[in-house]
Amino acid sequence: MRAPARGHLRVLEAEAIYVLREVAAQFERPAILFSGGKDSIVLTWVARKAFFPARIPFPLLHIDTGHNFPETIAFRDWFAEHLNCSLQVRLVQDSINSGRVREETGPGASRNLLQTTTLLDAVKDLRLDAALGGARRDEEKARAKERFFSHRDLFGQWDPKNQRPEPWDLYNGRKGVGEHFRVFPLSNWTELDIWHYISAEKIPIPSLYFSHERMIVERDGVLLATGPFLTLLPDEVPDLRVVRFRTVGDSTCTGAVSSTAASVEEIIEETAAARVTERGGRADDRRSDTAMEDRKRGGYF
Amino acid sequence: MSFTPPFDTIDVLRFTTAGSVDDGKSTLIGRLLYDSKSIFEDQLAAIEGASRKLGEDRVNLALLTDGLRAEREQKITIDVAYRYFATPRRKFIIADTPGHVQYTRNMVTGASTADLAVILVDATKGVLTQSKRHAFITSLLGIPHMIVAVNKMDLAGYEEPVYQRLVAEFKEFSSKLTIADVTFVPISALEGDNIVDPSPRMPWYQGGTLLHRLETVTAGARINRTDFRFPIQTVIRPNQTFRGFAGTVSSGAVKVGDEIIVLPSSLSTRVKSIVTFDGERSEAQAGDAIVVTTTDEIDISRGDMLVRKRNVPSVSNRLEAYLCWMSETPMLIGVPYIIAHTTREVQALVTGIDYRVDVDTLHRESVETLGLNEIGRVTISTARPLFFDSYRVNLATGCFVVIDPHTNVTVAAGMIRGEAKELPSAPELVELSPSRPASSDVAWEGANITRAEREARNGHAAAVVWFTGLSGAGKSAIARGVERQLFSRRHVTALLDGDHVRQGLCGDLGFAPAERTENIRRVGEVARLFFEQGSLALCAFVSPYRADRARVRDILPAGRFVEVFVKASADVCQARDPKGLYARASRGELADFTGVAAPYEEPADAELVIDTETETVEASVDRVIAYLLGQGLIPQAGA
Repeated sequence: MRAPARGHLRVLEAEAIYVLREVAAQFERPAILFSGGKDSIVLTWVARKAFFPARIPFPLLHIDTGHNFPETIAFRDWFAEHLNCSLQVRLVQDSINSGRVREETGPGASRNLLQTTTLLDAVKDLRLDAALGGARRDEEKARAKERFFSHRDLFGQWDPKNQRPEPWDLYNGRKGVGEHFRVFPLSNWTELDIWHYISAEKIPIPSLYFSHERMIVERDGVLLATGPFLTLLPDEVPDLRVVRFRTVGDSTCTGAVSSTAASVEEIIEETAAARVTERGGRADDRRSDTAMEDRKRGGYF
Repeated sequence: MSFTPPFDTIDVLRFTTAGSVDDGKSTLIGRLLYDSKSIFEDQLAAIEGASRKLGEDRVNLALLTDGLRAEREQKITIDVAYRYFATPRRKFIIADTPGHVQYTRNMVTGASTADLAVILVDATKGVLTQSKRHAFITSLLGIPHMIVAVNKMDLAGYEEPVYQRLVAEFKEFSSKLTIADVTFVPISALEGDNIVDPSPRMPWYQGGTLLHRLETVTAGARINRTDFRFPIQTVIRPNQTFRGFAGTVSSGAVKVGDEIIVLPSSLSTRVKSIVTFDGERSEAQAGDAIVVTTTDEIDISRGDMLVRKRNVPSVSNRLEAYLCWMSETPMLIGVPYIIAHTTREVQALVTGIDYRVDVDTLHRESVETLGLNEIGRVTISTARPLFFDSYRVNLATGCFVVIDPHTNVTVAAGMIRGEAKELPSAPELVELSPSRPASSDVAWEGANITRAEREARNGHAAAVVWFTGLSGAGKSAIARGVERQLFSRRHVTALLDGDHVRQGLCGDLGFAPAERTENIRRVGEVARLFFEQGSLALCAFVSPYRADRARVRDILPAGRFVEVFVKASADVCQARDPKGLYARASRGELADFTGVAAPYEEPADAELVIDTETETVEASVDRVIAYLLGQGLIPQAGA
């Protein structure tokens, strides 16, 4: 009688499809937060499966810091068109211009935190009631307790001590006026699961993930790409290195790793052996031990 | 550790742990992650730093799993945290929960999806309440496998007798529970004994290590493979020619061509195709996310369920269930909640509590409500039927959550035992009393929807409350006050008043004794119709004759006719004379006016006597409500 065990990727995919369909059924105006990174790519890929043969019934929303790698932006536009998705872009620069946020200055400056305001403005502007993200619980300590359906109050804030219980697979998306949800269909995936899935499904990803040569400065143990948005310290001298990125966030704070992995399979080999978590390369998480929790409380992704 | 698992050879095992700061649970998880090489350098560096900050001399593996700031400060795990690790054989998802009684709801949440529970027993302390509590929840939530890890064997000298004594103690307790498979492992999370590698310090133990057990136990044993249930999540309609029903098979399996029926309509059709992005399939089984098309055009929408014709779940709006209450606001009886079950949301009322279970002693206690973290067995009525199986038989169609419609918060997790039995109520039909006239050639067909069903939905009993007394005694005022209170408790009410019926139903009758009798007979029959429709019928009538009132009592079940004697002397009533009737009667304008020119027979055995010469209307209303509550006709705390 026993059915054969199903592979873990099929289990994770089916779980994500179920969550995506719940979002379509329970919310009126959802959107996928799309960064051009591998997690949001996988999320969008699974969303296409969830609603097949129909199109994904909601848009992709990109909060663009303006400091993205050009490869990411090019990929984003190509991918949205390739999957026949509608794409909405909101610029952090617009929030700066309108005085909604003030830009950090100096060598450690990052627009990463400013995204929160632009995102919350977009949620309000597009009247989104659910914002789907590719975040996973294995990424960071604070995320280990995040729900699939994560309630945000009128101010977009997350209250980690007052989360709704989420037993079984019964997701409660009921909310008050002006409130919204963040939904994380890939909650139970790990970084390695993401890579295995990309490999199995032959999903295209931006070239930044693969090994390439790039001018790099090493700052505080993090390898940062030089570029128009990074202010160098007086004693910093960039040099050419063979690197790849494990995440493709804002170019001012996303660290590269020295790597020769040039294919997904090589990345998997490297990730399986990796001794540094992918967020370990992010300068913004290193500000303090609870940096992520603090940002999430404020409405960060 | 370098492995590239091919996709369909490694599966997923979900397990839960529960424990508090001292029993080494976090250390155990930290050890599993550490020894299976699932901890990264930067995480290790972070906890090394944090360990130093807390003034500890060795790396505290427990810090790996205690995420939130408050938890770090108080050194406790508050919420359910999910952890991941993988071996070449399996991917593991750990639901890590605190173990104190005030976190029972977190334990229930963690246990809800688990294939296995790891119960920690501290070798230096014996089987504590906390371990028993976790074992009970494991049993209640129907987790098929349990591993009892006897921890801190290093502090017990790695001695076998200590271990065997605890095993025996635990077995004695667990024999009271329903758990299919219990195994025991002696470990030291701190030192790593029997976690990943067999411990050389306990050669007397021949069983597998904890990780070996985790790797080899059957995953997915909770899934019902027999009974096909397919709740519809959403309808996929890309164009005019394609209409598919998207969902995940909850249990059982289905093939193209199978004959199926749609609940609730019970219309039958066949599976035309099973569509996925990766191609059409000939069959699908529990856990598969698919889109089904049918051979007939039938109206199917979210919340409907596809099942097999000869294997249909219970379809009912009355359930008996275990509830774990998860909100600080206690459960209210008879007040509308929302139940989310499969993909269906319905309004529901808790109509009664059978008992509360003390999670520490397993004793059943009689209670009036359930508070935060309390577990009890309740009866529930829903506004629309649910399609369900017993949780023991089919987890996916036996579980539900309760949502408070005002706050939108999930306030309880529920597990269905089965369809609720009939309310402990009066007989459905009362024998016709011989004096009760019936037209010829009319057969009593029985109710379409029974009173019991209506009562279950309403959340209160049906009854007739009969206010009798002189004109001006205060019957109507009290009846109206009572009705207002019942109405604000969301009860179903009807008010019958002498002045009203005499303008229509009994407009042909005067005040002669025979006409008075006929008036009360008609009113009694109308009250009974309201009663059978589930109402609390409030009747305010002078009804001067004892025999007339007794006749109404006779056509209602025992306990459902509440006679309230609203007492005031004729003099007082005359002095009040709210409608000026006494004045008219004394002028001779009203013949046969009770209390003036006609007799009033005081009840000898009224359920309630209210003296309105000494009591205010408000106090009288409260007394009637208190009586109804005391008789269990209406639920407590309904406001």
